[in-house]
Amino acid sequence: MAEPSAKEVLFAPIFNNNPITVQVLGICSALAVTTKLETSVAMALSVIVVLGFSSAAVSLIRNHIPSSIRIIVQMTIIASLVIVVDQFLKAYAYEASKQLSVFVGLIITNCIVMGRAEAFAMKKPPMLSALDGIGTALGYSFILILVGFIRELFGSGKLWGHEILQLIKDGGWYEPNGLLLLPPSAFFIIGLIIWVLRIWKPEQVEHEG
Amino acid sequence: MPRDSISHTLLVATVLCVVCSVLVSGSAVGLRDRQEANKLLDQQKNVLIAAGLFHEDSSQGEKNTNADIPRLFESVERELIDLNTGEILDSAEVDPNLYNPRTAAKDPKQSVSIPADEDLAGIHRREKYAFVFVINKGDQIDQVVLPIYGKGLWSTLYGFLALDSDTTTVRGITFYEHAETPGLGGEIENPHWKALWNGKKAFAEPGEVAIEVVKGAVPENSSKANHQIDGLSGATITSRGVSNLVRFWLGPEGFGPYLRKLRKGASAGKTPGPSDLPGPSDVTYQRRRAGGEHG
Repeated sequence: MAEPSAKEVLFAPIFNNNPITVQVLGICSALAVTTKLETSVAMALSVIVVLGFSSAAVSLIRNHIPSSIRIIVQMTIIASLVIVVDQFLKAYAYEASKQLSVFVGLIITNCIVMGRAEAFAMKKPPMLSALDGIGTALGYSFILILVGFIRELFGSGKLWGHEILQLIKDGGWYEPNGLLLLPPSAFFIIGLIIWVLRIWKPEQVEHEG
Repeated sequence: MPRDSISHTLLVATVLCVVCSVLVSGSAVGLRDRQEANKLLDQQKNVLIAAGLFHEDSSQGEKNTNADIPRLFESVERELIDLNTGEILDSAEVDPNLYNPRTAAKDPKQSVSIPADEDLAGIHRREKYAFVFVINKGDQIDQVVLPIYGKGLWSTLYGFLALDSDTTTVRGITFYEHAETPGLGGEIENPHWKALWNGKKAFAEPGEVAIEVVKGAVPENSSKANHQIDGLSGATITSRGVSNLVRFWLGPEGFGPYLRKLRKGASAGKTPGPSDLPGPSDVTYQRRRAGGEHG
């Protein structure tokens, strides 16, 4: 198997092999943190950092990891990185960390992170693995930010906490759609995004049989 | 050593654990001071927001930033009180700088159990001692900020309630920690909604908690309008939670004894102002607790 190029591993996951829309992984956090743009961005940055470092770290020691304990080794590395990221958020982005609350901790169980460690970093050199991790996280971030944008704008008439559409209750004209603030709406939005992406790129459509 | 041998497996596991634990504990210890500072700043900020001294946006005048907090907090005096008696605690008894009300509420030695029929806030136990924040204007008490918490729909809501020195007029409310649905229950953070509390009367008469959040809007010519706050639409349970927890903390199990002391102290110094007496609209309000506990 030929080595994929750096550019390919970094950018392919954004549209061509997006972890959320093609592999349909990481849905849980995509539902939970996307009610606001700000938390979506904080979550996205956290995942980029964790995924980049965890893939690099797993790849660095891939030749020493005994296969019998490889999953738990990956988990330990990921969990440690997540705790460190959480500590940094608490120290330097207190407001965002308060809003993300448990969801930063839940990056540990995000299938995307373990999926990349197991599928890519265990086989490829560190540099390429780090790029693959960052690329995959960028694909995840892209969807997360898009969903966060839609949900905050139409759900509460704001973007990044600033009023964009003035609400009726504040004397404006916009009646916010409460459904967009509830987790199921993220399912609808992600479903629509998958639909649009598959019209644009028909090769992503799964064939039956 | 072959990669899959038992000794190699143990070696890898041990080295990994040591490296990871050093990394985790290193970051936790290294960043602790900053995190504690953030927590303290956040708490002080919310005391100031409740008291109306910190402006979150420019609509109430100049917008304040975190840098203003230490300066604004200078006028605030923190006191540790015994909730049962309402007395200010001697610092020899409990060191206020080490006392943490959150951990105390969970510690059987430092907390008391609340009888089920009194437990409006749904918290089961409450700490024996609590901080109150007194804001002075000149040598007179201007307002007191009380920490309040209780169950909403998904989470425990933590906030502050500011009362005027008459111990009845609400000067502000804020919630700084909760996990309610953003946009629905999360609207307890909405400045427009919080502003509805300002000027409401917490008590119909001394010791008789009357303030409540109603479902929907408060009828305009309701006789209780000065005790009632509009409910949040789409957040019935959160609204009820807020109503209950405010009533609990103002009641006899909460800050009731402290507020009674404050009232006495205030009326000893001066003749009772109009706010100490039930207003005309309050007379219609039924007293639920016969032989009430006001002195």
